[in-house]
Formats: sequence, C-alpha cells, structure tokens
Amino acid sequence: MEIRITKVGIVSCSGEELPGGTLCRQACRKVLEKLKPHETVTICLPLFIAGGEEERTFASNYPTITVDGCEKLCAAKATEMLSGKPSKSLLIPEILKKRGLALPTKLRDFGPEEEDAAQAVAEEIAKAVDEVLGED
Amino acid sequence: MGKKHKKVLVLPCSGIGKTYGTLAREIAYEMVEQVRPGTATLTCLPLLIINDLNARHLITENPVMTLDGCPRDCAKKTVEALGKKVDRPFQVIKFYTAHKELKPEGITQLNDAGRKLAKVAAEELAATVDELAGQEK
Repeated sequence: MEIRITKVGIVSCSGEELPGGTLCRQACRKVLEKLKPHETVTICLPLFIAGGEEERTFASNYPTITVDGCEKLCAAKATEMLSGKPSKSLLIPEILKKRGLALPTKLRDFGPEEEDAAQAVAEEIAKAVDEVLGED
Repeated sequence: MGKKHKKVLVLPCSGIGKTYGTLAREIAYEMVEQVRPGTATLTCLPLLIINDLNARHLITENPVMTLDGCPRDCAKKTVEALGKKVDRPFQVIKFYTAHKELKPEGITQLNDAGRKLAKVAAEELAATVDELAGQEK
C-alpha cells in the first residue's frame, strides 16, 4: 500500500548573530502560518540536540527542508547529523541573489524592505514544499 | 590580580514555535544593542550545535547566560553538551510571572507588551552581566 506523505518539517537556522538568521525565522513563520499551514510543521533546531526525541523521530520519518541564513549551513548540517539528510537545503543569500534582493542589515525590527526579502524567501520555501510533496 | 572577562555571552533559545522563544531572542537583542553593548555579546546557537570552532572558543573562554523559552532548556543543554557549565541559566517566563501586566503574544513579531517586557527583562539582567563580566578569568 502506498502511503502518501502530507507533511514536511521546516528547519530554520534562526541564527541570532546575523540578519540572515532573523530573515530565515520570519520567512519560515510565513510559510507555517500563511503559505503552507496544512503541509508544514516547524522543528526547533536546538531541540534536536536537547534530546527532543519527537523532533528527531519526525525528521527521520518525514521529509525536511532546511533554511539557512549563511554559508555555514548549520540547519542543514545539524539535521543531517542528528536526524537524516534533508530533502532540500535552501540558502538565503542564494535566494535573494536570484531574486535581485539585498540581504537585510539589521537583526530585528524589520520594515517593508526586509518584508519583501522575507516574502521572497517564504515563496521559495513554499515552492520547495510543493516539490518535496510532489515527489512522493 | 587576574584578568577580568570582557565579554558575557547571552544565548537565547530562539525557539521558533513559541512566543517565549521570540521573547528570549528579543531580550538578548535588547541586552547586546541597548543595555550592555560591548559587554553582552551573541553567537548563533546553531553554530554550537554543529560544533563550530570559533563559537565553541567563545563560550569556553567567557561566562555564559542562557535564556530559554520553555522548560526543555534547549539553549542551556546545547551549551552543556559541549562540556561548558552555564554560569546563569534563565527561563524567560519568570519575567512574565514577575510582570503579569506585560503579557507577550506573537511569534513572528512580539506585541507591544512583549517588547516592553523584553526591555524590562534586559534591564533586570544587566546586573548579572556586570557581575559575570567582573569575575576573574
């Protein structure tokens, strides 16, 4: 019997030290709350290491999409290390370059300019969700 | 006399699924940008998860304060997984318990009460940063 996968776990790096981390977090929340609320769940990255069995099990059994704010790729590496290879790994600087948008320069209090960047990243994540669910 | 610490690491959990994760993050930003710039400093928590050498060095060499948004204490456990004892672990709900008039709401953006609570919490934590910064290495 074929079991259809209907949920994807979104793992955001949410890095605190870089604007890309905040953008990552904002974009992932947009996907979870507005663009793909029925197809996605969030996975707290720190919970992987803090012994969150539920999170590790979910990420082992369901597809995951990691979203990273910089080239260090913490979300992708941590997910692979502690749970399993992500179905897709997205990198914010690459997405913004493709869309002709600048990386935000502040860590919080995002305005309209940063909002455009968050929307663009969220749309790319949503597209990746469709692709991952379409593959199963 | 021994050298004193110059930096204090403030590490929020930034849990993406809960208001208190956002509150922890906002308190950390208040501390490093407004209340104790130059002393309070951040590093990305995920860097510790992947065992980044520079981030590991920072937490090993400096006092660490963690701000967790739920009882699972992810920030604290992430630091401890690297063999470093957290100098001052906090669960940020304690600030709401002490200031019930400031109920934080929202995850993407905190409401006004939540942002005010973050400012109040950062002010209250300033003394702890000063104390940790004043300790001898």
